Amino acid sequence: MLLTIALVAYVAGMAGALLTQRAERVANALGFGLAALGGACGVVFSVVSLAAGQAMTSAPVTLWSGPIPAVRLVVEVDALSCFFVLIVSLVGLAISIFSFGYARTYYGRKNVGVLAGVYNALLLVTTLVFIAGNLWMFLIAWELMALLAYAMVSFEHEDREARQAGVLYFIMSHLDAACILLGFLVLAQAAGDFSFASLHGIGAKLSPHQRDAAFLLFLCGFGIKAGVVPLHIWLPVAHPVAPSNISALMSGVFIKTGIYGLVRVCFEFLGPPPMWWGATMLAAGTVSAVLGVLYALMEHDLKRLLAYHSIENIGIILMGLGAALMFLHTGHEVLASLALIAGLYHTINHAVFKALLFLGAGAVLHATHTRNMEEMGGLAKRMRWTSLFFLVGAVAISALPPLNGFVSEWLTYQSLLQGFGTTTSLVRLMFPLGGAMLALTGALAAACFVKAFGITFLAQPRSDHARNAHEASLPMLVGQGVLAAACVFLGLFPTVFLKLLDPVTQQLAGHQLSQQLTLANGLVLAGATAQGGTVSTLGIMLMAVCLLPVPLALWAVFARRARTRIAPTWDCGQRGLTPQMEYTATGFSKPLRMIFKALFRPRREVQREYDFSPYFATTLRFESHMEEVFQTRIYRPVILGLFRLSRRLRALQAGSLQAYLIYVFITLVALLLFAL
Amino acid sequence: MNLDLLNFVGQTLALLLLAPLLSGCIKNWKAKLQNRRGPRPWQVYFDIVKFLRKDMVISEHASWVFSFAPYVVFLTALLAGLMVPMVNAPAPLRLFGGVLAVVGLLALGRFFLALGGLDPASTFGGMGSSREMTISAIAEPAMMLAIFTVAITAGSTDLSQIAQSTQSATWKLLNPAHVLAFAAMFVVLLAETGRIPVDNPATHLELTMIHEAMLLEYSGRYLALMEWGASIKQLVLMTLLVNVFFPVGLAGPQASVAALGISLAAYLAKLLALSAVVVVVETTNAKMRLFRVPDLLSTAFVLAALALLSTFLFQ
Repeated sequence: MLLTIALVAYVAGMAGALLTQRAERVANALGFGLAALGGACGVVFSVVSLAAGQAMTSAPVTLWSGPIPAVRLVVEVDALSCFFVLIVSLVGLAISIFSFGYARTYYGRKNVGVLAGVYNALLLVTTLVFIAGNLWMFLIAWELMALLAYAMVSFEHEDREARQAGVLYFIMSHLDAACILLGFLVLAQAAGDFSFASLHGIGAKLSPHQRDAAFLLFLCGFGIKAGVVPLHIWLPVAHPVAPSNISALMSGVFIKTGIYGLVRVCFEFLGPPPMWWGATMLAAGTVSAVLGVLYALMEHDLKRLLAYHSIENIGIILMGLGAALMFLHTGHEVLASLALIAGLYHTINHAVFKALLFLGAGAVLHATHTRNMEEMGGLAKRMRWTSLFFLVGAVAISALPPLNGFVSEWLTYQSLLQGFGTTTSLVRLMFPLGGAMLALTGALAAACFVKAFGITFLAQPRSDHARNAHEASLPMLVGQGVLAAACVFLGLFPTVFLKLLDPVTQQLAGHQLSQQLTLANGLVLAGATAQGGTVSTLGIMLMAVCLLPVPLALWAVFARRARTRIAPTWDCGQRGLTPQMEYTATGFSKPLRMIFKALFRPRREVQREYDFSPYFATTLRFESHMEEVFQTRIYRPVILGLFRLSRRLRALQAGSLQAYLIYVFITLVALLLFAL
Repeated sequence: MNLDLLNFVGQTLALLLLAPLLSGCIKNWKAKLQNRRGPRPWQVYFDIVKFLRKDMVISEHASWVFSFAPYVVFLTALLAGLMVPMVNAPAPLRLFGGVLAVVGLLALGRFFLALGGLDPASTFGGMGSSREMTISAIAEPAMMLAIFTVAITAGSTDLSQIAQSTQSATWKLLNPAHVLAFAAMFVVLLAETGRIPVDNPATHLELTMIHEAMLLEYSGRYLALMEWGASIKQLVLMTLLVNVFFPVGLAGPQASVAALGISLAAYLAKLLALSAVVVVVETTNAKMRLFRVPDLLSTAFVLAALALLSTFLFQ
């Protein structure tokens, strides 16, 4: 019922915003207001149904029955759907509130009605992807999602960069749709039906080769959507150019449809997994995590930096899912549930903090009119609340206690460490090595966010734009505040939230773990089995409060007479520090650029003009480039090969009708011969 | 419950009071080894009290993050210390986190330390932050892998349990996995505490400094917290090394007073021995160039990976 209200609200929001395009204030209020309502309903619906704990929430509902018997649009809500509906609704709610303020910046410049309308449509089709009950519904919603997202990527189409990003996104999302379609055709052919219910466990009816082929197709297809390395190249291009609220939606929610697809297919449809599926997924996840964060470190475009971090976090999610598949193979279902929980928990965490960070970046972009971090600085004084919320997101994404990123990475570590004992083959070395790479990822992410937060918000403003920056409007702050509160809640009260995951793991791996994961009345999170460790973020926070009197008592005893003075930073005897003397984002990441230079292949050019000594340069020009390894080494050869092939094929398309008729005839004869 | 409270208060006091003394001892011994007289071991206490009494100068460019950072650095080091068993095996906050939480808390402290370095807009601070985050990023996987190796042999990430499981069979300490992991962890210790091949704790205002560069703009009581936090962090990492990787003499739960006394003596002896090794390493080595440090740390990573491989071979 609530879900229906949510869907109707999205439809109404879409229609209302599109119809009132002329009055942009009305369109803004109507569109984003209804979207917020829909989001709120979706949150309540999914929390209530997950808390009730049934695996299946409702019987399949046929929305539309086509003239051909098999063509039907069916929706079906089970626990897994509910969990992802929770993600899209929660993030959608916060982004809608934010957008209400953010869309005002487009008044008189762009069509706000279209923005709000397409935004509602996006929420609608994303929800439909998650609750689709048969292939028709799923694929149609999937395709609509790609098309609408394309429209939003090229929303600011005056910009050449945005147009190119849109085209790349369009091509990649059709590649992924093609892979998924082929994969589903393999399954549907065996099942003889298109409903998800009949696809359940269909892998058992397939030959091993068909199963492996289907798995690889799905891994590619959903992997493109999720942005797994090396299929990620569209993500850092497309996400930053969209309006910031849409970027938040894309990075927070859209790429999670890839995760949803993988979970749905691998855990429900394809049957018992061989070892190499999970191992491949774990390896792909590890590579994505490390490379994603390394590329993020080199960025000084704030939104591109965040987009690369999405690749990193998708990698971390895949590590959990891959480990879960491996445990299913070895028959350790409890551990499989634990790893699955780790992956899914990180999915919602990433949705929350990445959306929060993109909204923060949007507020900064709005205030400074630039995405280039080298032109920012000093914003913590000018945008107090935004800086606080951004800091919450930064701590969360760097997997630091006590926030939510730490909790899900802790669960991932637990499942990886306990995985070592599940098998005696050499494969088990993957677990601790994966854990070490996860540690590397976490530490690099912390370095990256010290840079992102420090260069953007701290020290002196580096440009006039930053100097004149102002705090974001109230709705924008509230939107960020909702997500920051969600980060804190998911971080401090994991045991409360984990109860909601019970029906999901029950459905997918046959176990409910929240009891085993909870100790001391929910204060402490435990590692499910006897070998697992324990952690309590809430306990850490409480203890921090208990220990705070230590420094305060010292103040009272020793520092009663001490005064505080505001003075300039020490400038080594120069005449005052200028922003030019500050550390830049490029300078900050230089040590890591040098350490990983085999990967980045940095190239730099320095030109200096001087009168008498090179140490007293009059002008200095510095340029630094890095090779985009994936584009130049993998994609460009493939694209050039495609062009060469199509040039050859052009001979066929001579423009004469007779020739075409002969082709048709030959094809027909060939097909008839084949059929005979 | 009462005993737990005693344990908690006792370990908090031990962390607070022992940490400066250990830093002072290392400084004193280092001076002795270099034929200088050196400051007295307890000089660090006087320094801290003096910092606390002094007026504070805060940069005009700094924001609220600058004033927030010292508390985080200090409290995270203290909290991490309460999760590592010092004198008797179940650490006071063992339930609230094991090795992953310790690493996480120290990382949180470092995160804010680096932000505090960037905040006053000085070039030195940015330089220090950049280097600190770089070095910690490459030290962390080696540290995690070393810890995973002992965690895997013990079958838990709970530090107290790791310590106790090796304790019950002392011969386990001599297996190659343990020795290699210990060596890897020692290298990480040098890097994380800013010791000489990586950073020089004695320099101030040199282009090679890392940790000191981030503290340049701190003064008065914030500086006291920062310095104290750094020495507590050093004590925590050293305790981790001596009690988790080499838990000889560590008292178990419900130990008698005599056992606790022996345990305390063993702990102090191990700590002083480790400090002596650190002093020798610091005196006999020169500081490395920044871009040589990754070689050192990747050696640590390889050692830890070998340790892991040998658990596989010898099981």
